[in-house]
Amino acid sequence: MIYILIASFIGLLSFVIGALAIQSKKLSVAVIATGVVSLFSSILFLLMAAPDVAMTEASIGSGLTTLIYFYVLNKIKKHHA
Amino acid sequence: MLRNLLISLLLLSFVYIFYNLYVGFTPKTELDGIAAHYADKGAAEIGAANLVTAVVVTYRGFDTLGEVTILFLTASIIGFFLKLTEADENKVIIHRGTSELLATSSNLLVPIIILFGIYVFMNGHLTPGGGFQGGAIIASAIALAILANPNMHINHQIILWVESISGVVFVLMGVLGILLAGGFLDNRILPQGQFGTLLSAGAIPIIYSFIGLKVGAEISNILEKYQKSQKES
Repeated sequence: MIYILIASFIGLLSFVIGALAIQSKKLSVAVIATGVVSLFSSILFLLMAAPDVAMTEASIGSGLTTLIYFYVLNKIKKHHA
Repeated sequence: MLRNLLISLLLLSFVYIFYNLYVGFTPKTELDGIAAHYADKGAAEIGAANLVTAVVVTYRGFDTLGEVTILFLTASIIGFFLKLTEADENKVIIHRGTSELLATSSNLLVPIIILFGIYVFMNGHLTPGGGFQGGAIIASAIALAILANPNMHINHQIILWVESISGVVFVLMGVLGILLAGGFLDNRILPQGQFGTLLSAGAIPIIYSFIGLKVGAEISNILEKYQKSQKES
């Protein structure tokens, strides 16, 4: 029961942060928000007894993807400045 | 107006689809078909304590080869489209400087994270995780090192050789499976060993170690290309 409560709380929180990622005007905030959504979904995978998927999601989804997005964002800013 | 209407229509149709899926879903109380075969005979046939690894590396090993190939293609396409030239080699990234905390802690943490990645892919047949996860953890250590020192030089030759050799060894182990055992990527070319120890489950530890090295090298390669694309002046 406590797991269901925690899982639904995290699901709701990631829903809110996902909405923030769509609505925010600053691109860097949106990128960080997508990273946080990935981190929360990795916790959800862990609660659903899939630790290997959680590991992949945490390292690729929230770590590497965020870094690559920031590299691309930096490149775009340089081109348009 | 029309755009918002279409968006809400799309969302409503999604709600309809998922609601029907949710209503029509009845959880199975017992496994059937091929899942039952994996769960009942997997441990005896493959000798791996982690059943997910038995499915990923042996029963569905060909799919894993496909995934590794897709990752390789991704790295190649990124390298192709970033259009890096020889002149970029001598340029540096101009940045505001990293904080003392990040620099010091990355010195401490990077070797530990790499060691953890190696642990994850070597114990892939015993504990959760495996080649992909271990490789991704190693690449995230490289990402941390790049964050702490944006102008870090990553040796491209080492990445190239590690990736090529581990890819070739992975396919060779698969072909050895055809020659010595039941089929492509069969793990019974080596003795099964004691169930639950590091040197068990036939060829799985070796295959998974090479998959881990290959995935780690490929993702580090992608990171290296993006890092180089930031160089200017």
